[in-house]
Amino acid sequence: MNTTPLEATAAREAEAATPRRELTRDPRPRGESLVFLTGGALAIAILMIALLAGIIVWQGFSSFWQGPIVELTLTDGSKALGTIEDRELDPDGRPRVLVRVGNRDLYGVDFRWISEHDVASKRFPDDALLLERREWGHAFGYVAEIREGETRTPVPRERGADAIAAALPAAAARVDTIAGIEVDEIGEINEEIESIRLRKLRVEWDHRGESRRPEAELAALDEEKRGLDGRYQSALTSLRAAREEDAARAFTLETSDGRTKEMPVSEIVRSVPANRLSLVEKVGLFVSRFAEFVFDDPRESNTEGGIFPAIYGTVLMTLLMTLAVVPFGVVGALYLREYAKQGALVSAVRIAVNNLAGVPSIVFGVFGLGFFCYAVGGTIDTLLYPERLPTPTFGGGGLLWASLTLALLTVPVVVVATEEALAAVPNSLREASYGCGASRFQTVWRVVLPRAMPGILTGTILAMARGAGEVAPLMLTGAVNLAPALPLDGTPPFFHPERRFMHLGLQIYGVGFQSPNADAARPKVFATALLLLLVVLVLNVAAILVRNRLRKKFRSATFG
Amino acid sequence: MSAAPRTLAPTEDASPPAYSPALAASRDSDPADEQPIVHPEVLREEACIHVEDFSLHYGAAKALHGVTLRIPRNKVTALIGPSGCGKSTLLRSLNRLNDLVDGVRTEGSIALDGRDIAGPGVDVIELRKRMGMVFQKSNPFPKSIYENVVYGLRIDGERRRSALEAACEKSLRLSALWDEVRTRLRESALSLSGGQQQRLCIARAIATDPEVLLMDEPCSALDPIATSKIEDLIVGLRGRYTVVIVTHNMQQAARISDFTAFMYLGRLVEFGPTETIFQKPRSRRTEDYVTGRFG
Repeated sequence: MNTTPLEATAAREAEAATPRRELTRDPRPRGESLVFLTGGALAIAILMIALLAGIIVWQGFSSFWQGPIVELTLTDGSKALGTIEDRELDPDGRPRVLVRVGNRDLYGVDFRWISEHDVASKRFPDDALLLERREWGHAFGYVAEIREGETRTPVPRERGADAIAAALPAAAARVDTIAGIEVDEIGEINEEIESIRLRKLRVEWDHRGESRRPEAELAALDEEKRGLDGRYQSALTSLRAAREEDAARAFTLETSDGRTKEMPVSEIVRSVPANRLSLVEKVGLFVSRFAEFVFDDPRESNTEGGIFPAIYGTVLMTLLMTLAVVPFGVVGALYLREYAKQGALVSAVRIAVNNLAGVPSIVFGVFGLGFFCYAVGGTIDTLLYPERLPTPTFGGGGLLWASLTLALLTVPVVVVATEEALAAVPNSLREASYGCGASRFQTVWRVVLPRAMPGILTGTILAMARGAGEVAPLMLTGAVNLAPALPLDGTPPFFHPERRFMHLGLQIYGVGFQSPNADAARPKVFATALLLLLVVLVLNVAAILVRNRLRKKFRSATFG
Repeated sequence: MSAAPRTLAPTEDASPPAYSPALAASRDSDPADEQPIVHPEVLREEACIHVEDFSLHYGAAKALHGVTLRIPRNKVTALIGPSGCGKSTLLRSLNRLNDLVDGVRTEGSIALDGRDIAGPGVDVIELRKRMGMVFQKSNPFPKSIYENVVYGLRIDGERRRSALEAACEKSLRLSALWDEVRTRLRESALSLSGGQQQRLCIARAIATDPEVLLMDEPCSALDPIATSKIEDLIVGLRGRYTVVIVTHNMQQAARISDFTAFMYLGRLVEFGPTETIFQKPRSRRTEDYVTGRFG
């Protein structure tokens, strides 16, 4: 149909005034770019965590990996045999390498900085051996001779590794025998002697006011001690014999610059012909070293050997702390949320508990020292162990006080998480329970608490992670660099909460900053940090698995 | 009872006229001026619960104004009215569930079998054990079906397996849920559909054999089939339990209840046999509500 020009114009203007919406995307910005900001922030956070974990894992693991043994001939003719640990530019801008030459008993130093400019030539001798020792650290060199009693057998260089490998099993057996006598037999005898001493003190204390000394009892104890002394002497004799037999089996080490030293075969922990190892053997060596790190006791003021006591102490302390804080925190939060009449006082308590989280951890350490160690521990000593005073039993630092101090530190975390979890339980469940005629306690115990369990476990996880990593309060309340015994061991009463213990966090501090041999300690610092991360990770994963299983129970399976 | 309320037919009997001239004159009169109308048939029934001049304040707001109600024993009584008229509040006051809400103040009294439920010496827990409650949104515990049903018995101290299992089966049969769940009693209650969960809540409420069943809009979140199952259930409970049911659905009230109370703005307007309320209501306001003119 024909439209008039007026109508056509009107129609066109109408069309122009209200354009139809197209389905293609509106190019004007709508704020979606905010996604880049939030995503970017998350990416940066993940990157930082990855960097932290990555550096620790890399440095930590690389301390167990064996590099090649290099022999550097310097321009002045001297030789250096060892492994290259580090490379950097010296203050004048020239490159230099850190060589671990070992043989501290001969050279006085473990590590040497050598300017690359001083190196005339280098080679990788096939026969060079790295020997990990019980004392004096690593030794680099060649085996020259083996001695059995009076028989001396010269050993050609290329057979050195095999000769040592052949002699090591017997040496290890001898070390075990000696340790068996020293630690088990003599150790046990010493403990019994100590216990007799304490019993004598107890007897004298019990009869302290009397005019007559308890001669009969003291005499009986002395008789016991004499029997023990006899056993001690015979143990000493067998020990001496074992040691003599062990010292008779020795070998001579020859260094790269021709010096020699004789040492017993049992001195060697591990013999590594580094330049001959295949990849498979290197991986096996890596695993073996890592296992030694995790399961063995430390040697040489924590720069060699393993950190097992520190791992043990950390796990034990964390478990004890969790056992202490979770019941208290949960019950406290229960009272605040379910029982107390909400008002000014309850709010004040809540604020106070939350603020506890902001108190510096060293303050908790000082409090723990003053209250737990001196006040409570001192009172326990006066009441239960007065005969041992002034030597403190519970009156000084120990596993128990350290755990309780850290429990105080983590209470706010548990209380806050539990309160949130309790608040998240829908009121309809509570009403259903009350409607059935349940008391408040029954409702809390049967309905509210189980429903809040996942949230409470989250609080527990956070508390464990926080507590396992704190070091400052531990330094004051019972963690030490080297502990003579484990707090949970085979001697009755098996659990010794008054003993001092080792802790991974403190280990890092001690090994890193207070070690006499900084260069040897450095890789250990990273390795210990790695292990601390792993321990906390394992504890957390365990708790998370438990929590996930609980969560599944509460999730509704249908939408209906 | 007819399915749909019929419009008012003029009455021939000698009872007072349906409209009082004053009411007819102004439809928007202040409800406070009106006296609640209680039909004589109610007064002839034996009362289980006696609500006497009961008022309730939420903080400053007054939710119930002097409600007086006699709830007949072993019959189904429906509370109807527009949103916010106080029917749920009244229901929750019957088992003192409002005690849990902060800032609630009450006046007047409620008596169960002649005993004031808020009197000295009355244990609110024992009171609640004599009344079962079903809520608008089903709220089964995150436990197994079996544990849900026997919850009331367990907290009462019953430990014998045989007694618990017998009670569980009986309740589930009464709630028309037994056949559907008999093979999966140990599964989580949350795996049931919405209608099944609500029937489970009813089973839980009747497992302890309470005298009174309080139901707060139990079918409002359900589909028609589930609703009809629950309505059949309630009809089946009649004669054994006193049921007080709050409902928005007038057809439902007409279908299943013996007596109906109409409430408006916190006051009781009219209370009488269901058929009378829906077909021959005496209050103009009631008539307007049941015919759908407002609410």
